[in-house]
Amino acid sequence: MNEIILEAKGISKEFNDPVKVKVLTGINIAIAKGEFVALTGKSGCGKSTLLYILSTMDTDYDGELLIDNVSMAQKKEAALARVRNEKIGFVFQFHYLLEEFTVLKNVMLPGLKLARFSEKEVEGHAMDKLKILGIDKLAMKKANQLSGGEKQRVAIARALINDPDIIMGDEPTGNLDKKNSDNVFDLFKKLSEEFNQTLLIVTHDQSFADRTHRIIEMEDGRIIH
Amino acid sequence: MNIKLIGSIAKALLLARWKQTMVAAIGVTFSITMFIALLGFMAGLNDLLDGLLLNRTAHIRLYNEIQPSKDQPVNRSSDYKSQYNFIHSIKPAAARQQIYNSGAIIKALEKDDRVLGIAPKIITPVFFNDMNIHVAAVINGIDVINESKLFYFNDYIIEGVSGDLEKIPNSIVLGKGLASQLSAAVGDRVQVSNVSGEIFQLKVTGLFQTGVQELDKTQSYTSIVTVQKIMAQPNTFITDIQVKLKNVDEAPAIAKEYAGLFDIEAVDIQTANSQFETGSFVRTLISYAVGIVLLVVAGFGIYNILNMMIYEKMDTIAILKATGFSGRDVQNIFLTIATSIGVLGGLLGLLLGFSLSAVIDQIPFSTASLPTIKTYPVNYNPVFYVIGAIFSLVTTFLAGWFPSRKASKIDPVIIIRGK
Repeated sequence: MNEIILEAKGISKEFNDPVKVKVLTGINIAIAKGEFVALTGKSGCGKSTLLYILSTMDTDYDGELLIDNVSMAQKKEAALARVRNEKIGFVFQFHYLLEEFTVLKNVMLPGLKLARFSEKEVEGHAMDKLKILGIDKLAMKKANQLSGGEKQRVAIARALINDPDIIMGDEPTGNLDKKNSDNVFDLFKKLSEEFNQTLLIVTHDQSFADRTHRIIEMEDGRIIH
Repeated sequence: MNIKLIGSIAKALLLARWKQTMVAAIGVTFSITMFIALLGFMAGLNDLLDGLLLNRTAHIRLYNEIQPSKDQPVNRSSDYKSQYNFIHSIKPAAARQQIYNSGAIIKALEKDDRVLGIAPKIITPVFFNDMNIHVAAVINGIDVINESKLFYFNDYIIEGVSGDLEKIPNSIVLGKGLASQLSAAVGDRVQVSNVSGEIFQLKVTGLFQTGVQELDKTQSYTSIVTVQKIMAQPNTFITDIQVKLKNVDEAPAIAKEYAGLFDIEAVDIQTANSQFETGSFVRTLISYAVGIVLLVVAGFGIYNILNMMIYEKMDTIAILKATGFSGRDVQNIFLTIATSIGVLGGLLGLLLGFSLSAVIDQIPFSTASLPTIKTYPVNYNPVFYVIGAIFSLVTTFLAGWFPSRKASKIDPVIIIRGK
């Protein structure tokens, strides 16, 4: 097996409002480099909650989370932001592009924040990513001039800009029609196969999940297989 | 790099809501404009009112008070040392108004580095006689050159030339009120009788008006020599020495020092005219209070607009945080927005404030009591502009601080899951 990029050890979480509800119980996951994983389950089974814990955005849980073999416990908010910036790429159900900026600038933003490269270089990388996703012609358009499918592809390009260890998706095709869904899936597939990109996608679309390398199925806050 | 990035995001957010931005900036501009104009105008007015009296007042006035000797002979005698001596009804004896050894005092004062200049003076009561009318008045014998230089004597001459006092023997400058009482015009002769009843003829070479009616009705000026002649005194006779200091704040201390050094009465300007200080202080205080209130109101405007912007831009904040911007970065973005509104509005406000001051400065304002004033007085003290700039920055920063704290605390998970 390849080197482990993301590991969860006995992660539990409970909501206390209004009554104590256990949403996650003893989750153990290990995701290796290059895997294309789908996290599925019925609505309310806790898969999104788990994703946000794995993505470091939710810090209120018990257990241990390791990203690239580094524990996320004890890390401060700014340090976690840095981890998200550097090692994780996000694709959400909604695109969340900044309408004030062009497509190119939207893609560049996390790269500029990381500041590993100069602005010119980041711009070059952003154009490369847009080319991979076949939307380099849209680079200079404003984000609000794009169609839903195009926006989601820009969001994927934005997730890729810092060459993250893992891309996480929360129902990335949930808002798209069949054609665009397939389009996005094909892109993920391409990223996985051609660029050995690790992907962890939360979905309840069974046909989407079936086409990935590995399915993790959840029920009532536990992993069932 | 990070600063540039945060700046570019702030700029994009600002421009996206440019109308609100404008409203907020105009609020700051308006308050700074009013702050500058109000303070400039108030300070100008203060200077004017202070100038009415304080310009003409010596920082320290040295004179001899007619008073009974504190040191009575009985106290000096060793025979009565062990007893209590009570003396009633002590009267001043053979008092002289004259300053003793005035020449030496003037020389010592001239050597003092803290002194800007000195002007000796004689003040004496006289009667002006016009037919059978006797008008009681005061003649000031002055050193015209120093009096003009230190106490702006020339500014109050409304007719004639002050320099004539030195050139033309037995000449006099009358207060406007006094002249009309005597129905005397420039070129006329007036009769003056001294305390002993001797009569002198003096030629009117000018009229002055100070704006204080009481003074204009009772005061007149002539050269020191002429007064000495009227009083039949030698040319060393001087009743007052007026001292103008380089730093007026030192006056009380120096006055005390001179009083001891020359064994003479010395009164400083602060003690003599304390009500003017109080008036100026209160007026300045009110202007500052109004200016600051205006700025605080503008600050609330910015606070409101930023709060609204944060509600509108929840998604943006959430995605920035999800993609690796820390709470601090988000806070800096909104603080940048607030302070750029402050800088922009503040700078414009300073410019407009200056323009408004310049306009006020051009509005005609003439009053009979203030012959030298033709327009409303305005003070362009740069301190007001510095304070205005600092205040605009501080208030906008504070107004931005709380909304930006809130933005930095937004939990991206809640926003993103809520969609």
